[in-house]
Amino acid sequence: MVRKRRPKLAVWKFASCDGCQLTLLDCEDELLRLAGQVQISYFPEASRAIVRGPYDLSLVEGSITTPHDAERIHQVRRASKVLITIGACATAGGIQALRNFKDVREFLSIVYATPEYIQTLNKSTPIADHVFVDFELRGCPINKHQLIEVISAFLHGRKPNTPPHSVCMECKRRDIVCVMVAHGTPCLGPVTHAGCGAICPAYHRGCYGCFGPKETPNTNSLSARWSHLGVKEQDIVRAFRSFNAYAEPFRKEGEAHDRA
Amino acid sequence: MKTKVIKVDYLARVEGEGALYVKIKGDQVMDVRLKIFEPPRFFEAFLRGRNFAEAPDITARICGICPIAYQMSAVHAMEDAFGIKVEGPIRALRRLIYCGEWIESHALHVYLLHAPDFLGYEDAIQMARDHPDIVQRGLQLKKVGNEIVRLLGGREIHPINVRVGGFYRVPTKRELIPLMEQLHWAREAALETVRWAAALPFPEFERDYEFVALRHPTEYPFNEGRLVSNKGLDIAVSEYDDHFVEEHVSYSNALHSTIKNRGPYFVGPLARYNLNFDRLSPLVRELACDVGLHPPCTNPFKSIIVRSLEILYACDEALRLIAEYEMPDKPAVEIQPRAATGYGCTEAPRGILYHRYRLGDDGTILDAKIVPPTSQNQKMIESDLWHFLPSRLDMPHDQLVWHCEQAVRNYDPCISCATHFIKLHIERE
Ligand code: SF4
Ligand code: SF4
Repeated sequence: MVRKRRPKLAVWKFASCDGCQLTLLDCEDELLRLAGQVQISYFPEASRAIVRGPYDLSLVEGSITTPHDAERIHQVRRASKVLITIGACATAGGIQALRNFKDVREFLSIVYATPEYIQTLNKSTPIADHVFVDFELRGCPINKHQLIEVISAFLHGRKPNTPPHSVCMECKRRDIVCVMVAHGTPCLGPVTHAGCGAICPAYHRGCYGCFGPKETPNTNSLSARWSHLGVKEQDIVRAFRSFNAYAEPFRKEGEAHDRA
Repeated sequence: MKTKVIKVDYLARVEGEGALYVKIKGDQVMDVRLKIFEPPRFFEAFLRGRNFAEAPDITARICGICPIAYQMSAVHAMEDAFGIKVEGPIRALRRLIYCGEWIESHALHVYLLHAPDFLGYEDAIQMARDHPDIVQRGLQLKKVGNEIVRLLGGREIHPINVRVGGFYRVPTKRELIPLMEQLHWAREAALETVRWAAALPFPEFERDYEFVALRHPTEYPFNEGRLVSNKGLDIAVSEYDDHFVEEHVSYSNALHSTIKNRGPYFVGPLARYNLNFDRLSPLVRELACDVGLHPPCTNPFKSIIVRSLEILYACDEALRLIAEYEMPDKPAVEIQPRAATGYGCTEAPRGILYHRYRLGDDGTILDAKIVPPTSQNQKMIESDLWHFLPSRLDMPHDQLVWHCEQAVRNYDPCISCATHFIKLHIERE
């Protein structure tokens, strides 16, 4: 198929650390080539130029935490043909979703001298809670190679190849010795979505779940194993409550141990 | 009298979401507001109740551009609380990973965010059409910085290998050697960067700033030192709260930081350079004077040259650290938590980043305070615009707007950092 014009790419930001969109600029070897294949039309972190929508591909980073953003995401959706969320903030509410387990008014007064200046929602929610999302890319931050894969899959009109299995599979594939079996180090690898390349076990530490839950994770069985290793209930709760705390399987597992 | 308003609804080529609002009546500036509308993310609030060991991973997520800075300030604050000092090769590796972040972050700012302003492009990709080699050089420099962070930290953004006491895994000398070849290339590229940056057209603008930076007895500062200024400040990091205050203003989600009874101050590369020139290597000092940048430099637009000089310094320092490295027996020192308060301040690429934690006896965080560089520079950014505008009001509107944006970008403000929020106590009238 010959394209008449280059597809328009937009990068949007909601509550986030900017790390996932920075991943695009961290593609040092591919950036200029990519810029030749798409028209970077809206990407404030990199450019002051704005090309009007509609956009063929929108990458959305960050979670919804303010009334204004809850409106804005609908405008973004309307202006986008394909909308892909990038990172744990956009796909699970991010670290800022830790407020979801607390009373946000209490948070406000801890943090701000004049809370009435601040507009914020009680919960930090993923993009898919608000609008239809075409594809979700996991990770806090996302993986560079997966990002390139997702963009090029879009450019070629095919499905991205980002397998839904666990970090464990990546360890096996890389021949990394299991930190839990060999050293008794608590690891979330068995329930965590692949994509990082099993970095933590490769650096002799347990996975802390930054890619969020894999497809059909057996969190219950993993917690039992952790207890067996001597991990306390409250430590299990905190392990599930980090960068993907509001992703359903992690949220439920955290709650199960919070009650105990 | 005619009233003009300069509005930039969404500041581009900075980290995070901010806007600029300037009101001018006749030839007078009436109002300048750097509005930060990045939503607050409440880090200080949810750090309470977490374990000390989680702080480096959690606070890294405040900012994707300078995660090492957050991890370094956090680990040093925790070690301060537990009465530990990390020395030898582990300390050297911490300097090395910080070199990586400086190279990566400075190259990003110099080439992709700031240079297009000087050359009249809206972004680096447009600039690359006319100057492909220059943009390529910037990207490859940035890549070398990222390689260091990736090797030591596991990945470029939110590295996983930094912990209180040291690292989870330390590299062998053999693993580090391949970096040296890249660094040799990078230092040549950095030399060219300095000469190239020094030849950019600079607006004439100088001010009498109060610069604040760390100062170490022998080194150019990364992780340690006293906090000093060119106007008499000289304190230990633990005295930070006695001298600096944060104030919450209605139009910004980020707090404004000032020195008590004195007002705004300037942190970042320019401050470091002016206060620590004598700690740079002879080569960097010589080159600086060669390109006409003998300190003190008080033109904030020239921070792009200083960033380039710091890239060069970081390349040389990284080469030295690798050459001297010997793998330690253990990747980290033992930690014994205790109830205490710890303080940490390190030099993020954009300036000092202060952390304070109060900990329970099992190492649970009871209270946290984090002051990122952008909060500290915010008031100075506004103040620059107050001074910058009056003599330029007859410029065409579009050009004036662009100049204002450029003046903001001098500081490489990181708005995501600034809005994670700080616990504060202020007096209200
Ligand atoms: S998912 Fe993580 S890296 Fe990505 S924007 Fe959110 S906090 Fe940053
Ligand atoms: S191993 Fe787990 S915590 Fe570590 S980077 Fe991969 S997904 Fe994230």
